[in-house]
Amino acid sequence: MEDAGFIIGSYVVTFAAIGAYALYVMRRARRTTSRLPDEAKPWT
Amino acid sequence: MASQYRRLATDSAAATSRTSDPPTVAVATSSGTSTRATRLLGAVTLVGIAWLVAFGLGFSPADANQKESVRILYVHVPSAWLAYLAFIVTAAASAIYLFSKKHALGWDRLAGASAEVGVLFMSITLVVGALWGRLTWGVFWEWDARLTTTAFLLVTYIGYLAVRRLGGSHEQRARRSAVLALLAVLEIPLVHWSVRLWRSLHQEPTVLRPDGEVKMDGLMLFTLFVGIVAFTLMYVWLVIHRQRTMAAEDALDDVGLDAAIDARLAEGSS
Amino acid sequence: MSLRSTARTAQLVARKDLLVEWRSRIALNQVLPFAAIVMVIFAFALDRLPNPPRPGGDNDTLLQQVAPGLVWLATLFSLLLLVQRTFAIESEDGALDALRAAGVDAAAVFWGKTMALAAQLAVLEILLLGAAMVLYGAEARWSGLALLVATWLAATVGLAAVGTLYGGLAAGARGRETLLPLLLLPAVAPVLIGATRAVEAALGIGGTAIADGWPWVGVVSVFAVAFGAGGTLAFGPLIDE
Repeated sequence: MEDAGFIIGSYVVTFAAIGAYALYVMRRARRTTSRLPDEAKPWT
Repeated sequence: MASQYRRLATDSAAATSRTSDPPTVAVATSSGTSTRATRLLGAVTLVGIAWLVAFGLGFSPADANQKESVRILYVHVPSAWLAYLAFIVTAAASAIYLFSKKHALGWDRLAGASAEVGVLFMSITLVVGALWGRLTWGVFWEWDARLTTTAFLLVTYIGYLAVRRLGGSHEQRARRSAVLALLAVLEIPLVHWSVRLWRSLHQEPTVLRPDGEVKMDGLMLFTLFVGIVAFTLMYVWLVIHRQRTMAAEDALDDVGLDAAIDARLAEGSS
Repeated sequence: MSLRSTARTAQLVARKDLLVEWRSRIALNQVLPFAAIVMVIFAFALDRLPNPPRPGGDNDTLLQQVAPGLVWLATLFSLLLLVQRTFAIESEDGALDALRAAGVDAAAVFWGKTMALAAQLAVLEILLLGAAMVLYGAEARWSGLALLVATWLAATVGLAAVGTLYGGLAAGARGRETLLPLLLLPAVAPVLIGATRAVEAALGIGGTAIADGWPWVGVVSVFAVAFGAGGTLAFGPLIDE
């Protein structure tokens, strides 16, 4: 593939950034919700 | 304290009920913000991304004009679309918070979560767009009105997120940031208009610029469509989780850490 | 609250601000020298002849060509300091909250502070344009005076309004020194673009005609009206506790 570095690089940048953000959100969610009683979690 | 929890629960229930989560067993979700619905959504999203990568990098053909670099569009266009959608959602949720009688904090958290995800997608759009521009135009950046406005939008919403972290009561944060989000709706068209006028003074830059027109055949359009669907699902998944995390953080602020631990202990011993 | 009493209150707030400013002399002793040194260091950074040289030998220096933009940049940097200053005197002893608690209309406070800020900026801009003529050799022409005055008025009101609006938001918050530029500089981009082009036309830089400047005054005026209206409505919800 021509310009493979740029093309694959753009896919890697996109999904690495989103993946990192998703991990950050999930870790933060786990940390905060573990300190809360279930009544305070309206989504359950 | 029980009444406080109840108020809080109804508050956020207003905002999360749209996701129509089935009431799952509390044991399964005692930690984290997942429910059966979001897990399903996450799984579908992952399948969509795998599909997008397979078609975008593999099965779809190269373009006649742009050759292989057209493949970047399959992630660039969806992420740009999602970034703009995220900011529209932020503005709409802010307006609903400000002008509704109830002033439900759920709308404020939706606005904040959407802005955060929007900043993420906007940054990705700019980086990937620069890579694509280098291949197609020969330069990473061009002072084109659309690019410049996008960069301003990013900085404006980074400022919005900073204002959300200023502190004060939840209501104060909600009102302040909602007003700021509506001011951004005033500011961004002004910036776009002035930059467009400014650029119309200059002639087109003399960079290598083949006609950017892409003639998309069926398979290419389908790949782009898969990308947009996958990114939209990803956006919904991220916003739901971020919004629930914000609700949990607000609840922690409300009751204080110690009270929360006490409640947890009392629950365990009864 | 009636329009007349709002205007009257705004006038009182403006007079109070200017009086405090005059007594403390901070704007005079610190902001003005700051603006002057900014103009000087621009000259260090941009001391070049344009490339390639024009035939005929009437080459403007780079500083002469970019003088209008530098005047507005120095104005923007000084605006940041002035806005911080005008809200520091309010939030130090909770004066803003006291004003609101006493039932003073938020729109009146907004316009009062905007007028006081505009008065300071207006003086500063004239001095900066003078400095550009002295230091950079920028040349004004009489035929461009009307355009220059119109730009000066519109840009000053616009900058003062948007500065007051975002300054009020950041007032009293932790880290406001860094938050204010982040909010303010993207918002004032239309003023920088429009006012720079208009002053370029007024001074005739690069052979631009005076008529080319008027649309840009329009851009700056629309900005001033938009943020004047936005500030009137939004200032109350932004500063209320």
